[in-house]
Amino acid sequence: MSRKPSSLFVEREVYRKRRMIDAARVLPILGAALFLLPVLWRSPEGLGLPTTHLMGYLFGIWLLLTVGAAALSSYIASIPEPDEDPPEARG
Amino acid sequence: MTKKVLLIEDEPNIIEAVSFILSRAGLDVKTHSNGHDAVEAVRARDPDLVILDIMLPGRNGFDILQDIRADADLADLPVLMLTARGQEKDRELAKRFGVSRFMTKPFSNAEVLEAVRDMVAP
Amino acid sequence: MATLNLLVLVCLLYVALLFAVAFGADRAALHGRSRWLRSSLIYTLSLSIYCTAWTFYGAVGFAARSGLEYLTIYLGPTLVMIGWWYTLRKMVRIGRSQRITSIADLISSRYGKSTLLAVLVTVIAVIGTMPYVALQLQSVALSFDAFAEAEPGGRAPNTEATALWVALGLAIFTVLFGTRNLNANERHHGVVMAIALEAVVKLFALLAVGVFVVWGLSGGVGDTLARIDASNIARWEVSGSRWVGLTMLSAMAFLCLPRMFQVMVVENEDERHLRTASWAFPTYIMLISLFVVPIAVVGLDILPAGSNPDLFVLTLPLHAGQDGLAILSFLGGFSSATSMVIVAAIALSTMLSNHIVMPIWLRMSGKHAMMSGDVREVALLARRFSIVFVVLLGYAYFRLSGGGAALAAMGLVSFAGVAQFLPAMMGGIFWRGATRAGALAGLLVGAMIWFYTMFLPSFGASLLMPQAVLDHGLFGQDWLRPYALFWTNGMDPVVHAVMWSLTLNILTFVTVSIFSFPSPLERLQGAQFVNVFRHTSTTGTWSGGLGQSEDLLTLAQRIMGAVPAQQFFAAAAQRQGLEGYLPEPSTDFLQELERELSGSVGGATAHAMVSQIVGGATVSVEDLMAVADETAQIMEYSNQLEAKSQELQRAARQLREANDKLTQMSVQKDSFLSQISHELRTPMTSLRSFSEILRDSDNLTSEETRRYASIIHDEALRLTRLLDDLLDLSVLENGQVVMNEQVGTLQTVLDRCTAMAVGEGRKLEIIRNREAEDIVLHTDLDRLAQVFINLISNARKYSDAEAPVLTIRSALDRDRVLIDFTDNGSGIPTEEQSVIFEKFARVGQNEAGGAGLGLAICREIMQRLGGSITYLPGQSGTAFRVTLPVSTRVAAQ
Repeated sequence: MSRKPSSLFVEREVYRKRRMIDAARVLPILGAALFLLPVLWRSPEGLGLPTTHLMGYLFGIWLLLTVGAAALSSYIASIPEPDEDPPEARG
Repeated sequence: MTKKVLLIEDEPNIIEAVSFILSRAGLDVKTHSNGHDAVEAVRARDPDLVILDIMLPGRNGFDILQDIRADADLADLPVLMLTARGQEKDRELAKRFGVSRFMTKPFSNAEVLEAVRDMVAP
Repeated sequence: MATLNLLVLVCLLYVALLFAVAFGADRAALHGRSRWLRSSLIYTLSLSIYCTAWTFYGAVGFAARSGLEYLTIYLGPTLVMIGWWYTLRKMVRIGRSQRITSIADLISSRYGKSTLLAVLVTVIAVIGTMPYVALQLQSVALSFDAFAEAEPGGRAPNTEATALWVALGLAIFTVLFGTRNLNANERHHGVVMAIALEAVVKLFALLAVGVFVVWGLSGGVGDTLARIDASNIARWEVSGSRWVGLTMLSAMAFLCLPRMFQVMVVENEDERHLRTASWAFPTYIMLISLFVVPIAVVGLDILPAGSNPDLFVLTLPLHAGQDGLAILSFLGGFSSATSMVIVAAIALSTMLSNHIVMPIWLRMSGKHAMMSGDVREVALLARRFSIVFVVLLGYAYFRLSGGGAALAAMGLVSFAGVAQFLPAMMGGIFWRGATRAGALAGLLVGAMIWFYTMFLPSFGASLLMPQAVLDHGLFGQDWLRPYALFWTNGMDPVVHAVMWSLTLNILTFVTVSIFSFPSPLERLQGAQFVNVFRHTSTTGTWSGGLGQSEDLLTLAQRIMGAVPAQQFFAAAAQRQGLEGYLPEPSTDFLQELERELSGSVGGATAHAMVSQIVGGATVSVEDLMAVADETAQIMEYSNQLEAKSQELQRAARQLREANDKLTQMSVQKDSFLSQISHELRTPMTSLRSFSEILRDSDNLTSEETRRYASIIHDEALRLTRLLDDLLDLSVLENGQVVMNEQVGTLQTVLDRCTAMAVGEGRKLEIIRNREAEDIVLHTDLDRLAQVFINLISNARKYSDAEAPVLTIRSALDRDRVLIDFTDNGSGIPTEEQSVIFEKFARVGQNEAGGAGLGLAICREIMQRLGGSITYLPGQSGTAFRVTLPVSTRVAAQ
C-alpha cells in the first residue's frame, strides 16, 4: 500500500469501508424482511397468490441479495482492514 | 618570673600581632607555625600557656588539644583557643576536649591580653 | 438386473474416485502443494454439505406436499451467510484463536472448559443427528429400490438390508479418511476435497434433471409455468407461522449443526474465505433449489398417483427411459447422502471421543497410564468406534421410525434438536454475563421439551410414546400434551415444539445466568470469547513447577506424535532462550501447549491432562483468580495499579535523590560558609589587631608604624581580592556571566599575561616557544588571560624551587589548542591532585594572599569557554594543561 495518498484520502477510504460494513450489516435484515413479506400477501379473492409469481419474487430477491453481498464483500476486501470496529464488542 | 606563652598559629601577620601584644606586656612568647609537631613543641618548650589555632597545616587544633589533655604532664596546662572558626559547634567541641578558654578572631587586643594574664596568674 | 449391477459398479467406481481424490489431496497437503486446496471455492463447496439427501430428494417431496414451503430451509442459511459479519465472522475467529474442535468444545470452552456441558452438548448432538443420518440412509436405500423396482421382473426390494449395507460402507469410508489425522485442527484436506467434488456432482445432477424436466419432459419455461399454475400447489397456501418459524429454524440449525460447525469453523483455513462464501454459498443453494418446483409439478403430473414424491428426481428420468440421467441423478443423491454422513460422523466422533470417551478413560487410568500408554492410539480408536456408533445409531432410528416418514419431516426433528445449542452459543459469544449454570439449565430444559414434543413423537404414535400421552398429556395432565403444551392447541407441531423449546431454553438460560455467579475461569473465557476481536491472545491460567517439562513432552508426543511435539517444545525452548528440547513450564508455554493439545483432544480434556501433570495448578489458578476477582477488568485495573505503583516508586526514588542532593548541597553550603567565614576572619583579625596596636600603643618606632600600616594595607587588599574572587566565582557558577567573543592570537594573550606577571613579587623565569603560539583564537580573550595569569602567579607563589622557572608550551591537536604550564618545583602530591580545583583548596604551606579560589575560578572559566583545565601528572613539576577549541563559538549563555 502506498503511503503517498494524502491523509484525507485515506480517511475517506476508511470511512467508505465502515459504511460498506454498515451496509453488510443491514443487508441480512433487509433480506429477512423481504423474505418474510409474502406471509402478509393475499389476493383480493382471499386466495393465496400464484406460486409462479411468488417464485419470481423470492428468487428475484434472492438474486439481488447475492449480488449485493458479492459487491459488498469484494468492496470490503479491496480496502485495507481498518481498526476492528468497536461495535463488535457490544453484547 | 616571666611566664612563657607558646603561640601555635600559621598566619604570619597574626603571629606578629599577638607576639607584639604579649611581649609588650612582659610575657615570653614563643611561636610554632604548623600542626604536625605542635605537641612535641609544647613538651619541649614547657610553656605556662598555649594559644592554639584550629585551622593549622598538617594537624588541626582539636587533635592537638586532645593529645595535650591525654598527656599526664600537660593535663592541667591552660590552653586558649583562638580561631577564625567561630561557630557554636566548634566552641562545644573545644569545651568537650578540655579547652580552658575559647576566643574567636577577630579579637580585641585588650581582651586577649586580659585573658592571657588571667590564665597565667599564679 | 443389468441396470442394478451397473448401478452398483458405478457406485463403487464413484467411491473409488472419491478415495483417489481424498488421498491425492492429503498427499498434496502433506507436500505443501495445497494452495488451491485452501481456496475459498473449496471452502464454499464444502459448506454445501448443508444440502444433503434431504435437499436432493426431500426438497422435491416437500414441494410436492407443501408448495414453496421447502424454500424456508434455504432462506434461513442464506440470511445467515449474508449476515456473516454478525455471527460467523466471530465464530470463526474464536474457533481459530481457541483451537476449537467442535461445537461442544466451543460451548464447553466458553463456560470455563466445563466437561459436564461438553457431555450434554455431545449427547444432544448425537441424539439430534440420529434422524438426519437415518434420512440419508433411507434416501439411498429408497433410490436403490427405485432402480430395483424399475427392473423388469426385479426382485422384491429389501430396503432395510440396503440401508445396512450403505451404513456399513459409509462407516468404513469415514473411518478410513476421517481418522487419519488425530488433530482435528490438522484439517481433513482429503475429506474436504471429496466433499467439494460431491458438491459439484450433486449440483450438476440436480440441474441436469431440472433442465431435462423443463425442456425435455415439459415444453420449456412457459409450459412448465403453466403446469405449475394448473397443479395443486399453484397457490401460496403456506401458513405464516410455518414460513417464519421454519426460516428461523433453518437459520439457527445452520449455525448449530455439528457438521456445519465442522466445515464452517473447524475446517476453515482462512477467515477471508468466509467473505467469498457469504455470496457464493447463497448462490449455490439458490441454484440447487431452482428446479425443485418444476420437478415436483411435472412428477405429480406425469408419474402414476401414489408415487413417492421424495424420489421424483430419480423416478422421472427412469420413467422417461433416461437411464444415464437416472444414474447421474442417483450419484447426485448418493453424493448428498454420503457427504453428510461422513462429515457428521467425523464431527460427532470428535465430540464423543474428546468429551466422553477420553475424560472417562483419563479418570480411570490416571497419570501413570497416560504417560505409559499411547494416548494417541486410544483417541484414534475412540474416534473410530464413535464413527461406527453414530452411523449405526442413524440406522437404528431408520429401523425404529419404520422408514416411512417424509424426508423433510425427519430433517426438521434434527434441526429443532441442534437449535437448542443456539442460546448457549450466541449468549456465550455476545454476552459476558452468560454463565455455565445458565447454559446447562437452558440446554437441559430446551432439550427435554424437544425430546418430549418432537423427538419421541417422531417415531409415530405408540412406538416410543403411548397414544394416551399424545392425546391426554403425561400422567393425564392436559397441559402436558406433546402437541399442545400449556393448552396451546391448534399450532403446527413443528412450530409448536420449536417455539416452546427455544422460548423456555432462552428464558431459563438468561434467568439462571443472571442469578448465578460464574467461576473465575468462566469469566476469563467469557471475556476472551466476547471480546475476541479486541484481544485474540489468551490470558494466564497456568503456572507450572520445574521438572515437569519432561512429563509434558512425553504426553505431547503421545498425542501430537513425536516429531511435531519435539519441534513444538524445541521452538518454545528457543523462544525462552534455552537450548535443547525442554522449555521452562511457564504460564505462557503451558497455555500454548494446552491449546495445541486441545486441537487434538478438545479443550476440557487438554486442560485435565495438563493439570494432571502440572498438578494443583488448577486450584492455585482458581485461588489466584478469586483474589484477582473481576478477571479482565481486574487485570486491566491491576496493570494500572502496577503502573501507578511503579510511578510512585519512581517518584519516591526521585524524591530520595533530590533529598540526597539537597542534603549534600546543604553540607557543602555549611562547609562553604564556614570556609568563607574563616577566609574572611583571618585578614580581618590582622586588620583589627594591627589597627588597635597603632591606636593604643605609645612609643612605636616609625619603622614599626610603617610596617604595621603596610600589613593593614596588604590585608585590606587581600580581603578585597577574596571578595572579588567570590563574586566572580558565584557569577560563573550561576552561568550569569556573558562571554565576549574576541579574535586574537594565543601569542598576544600570553605576551600580555607574562608582562603583567613580571615585576610582581619574586622573580620567575618564563620559557615559551613563541612560534607555536601563532594560533588564532575566537574566544573571550580577557577571561582566558585571567586563567593564564592565575596559573603564572600560582607558579611564582607556590613553586618550591630555588629559582622558579615556568615553561609554557603550546600545541595544536587537531581542532584543539593545548597549552601546558609546567614549573620546576616538586609538583603536587597525587592524593591532593583531585582536590586542587575545589574551592578553598590549598596545598601545603599557605602564603598570605591565596584564598584557594583561583583554580576553581579557572575551571569555571574554561568550562564556559568550551575547554578545560586539568592537572597534568607525570611531569617534573607542577603542570596544568589548558585545552581550548580552536574556533568553536563561545558556549552561549
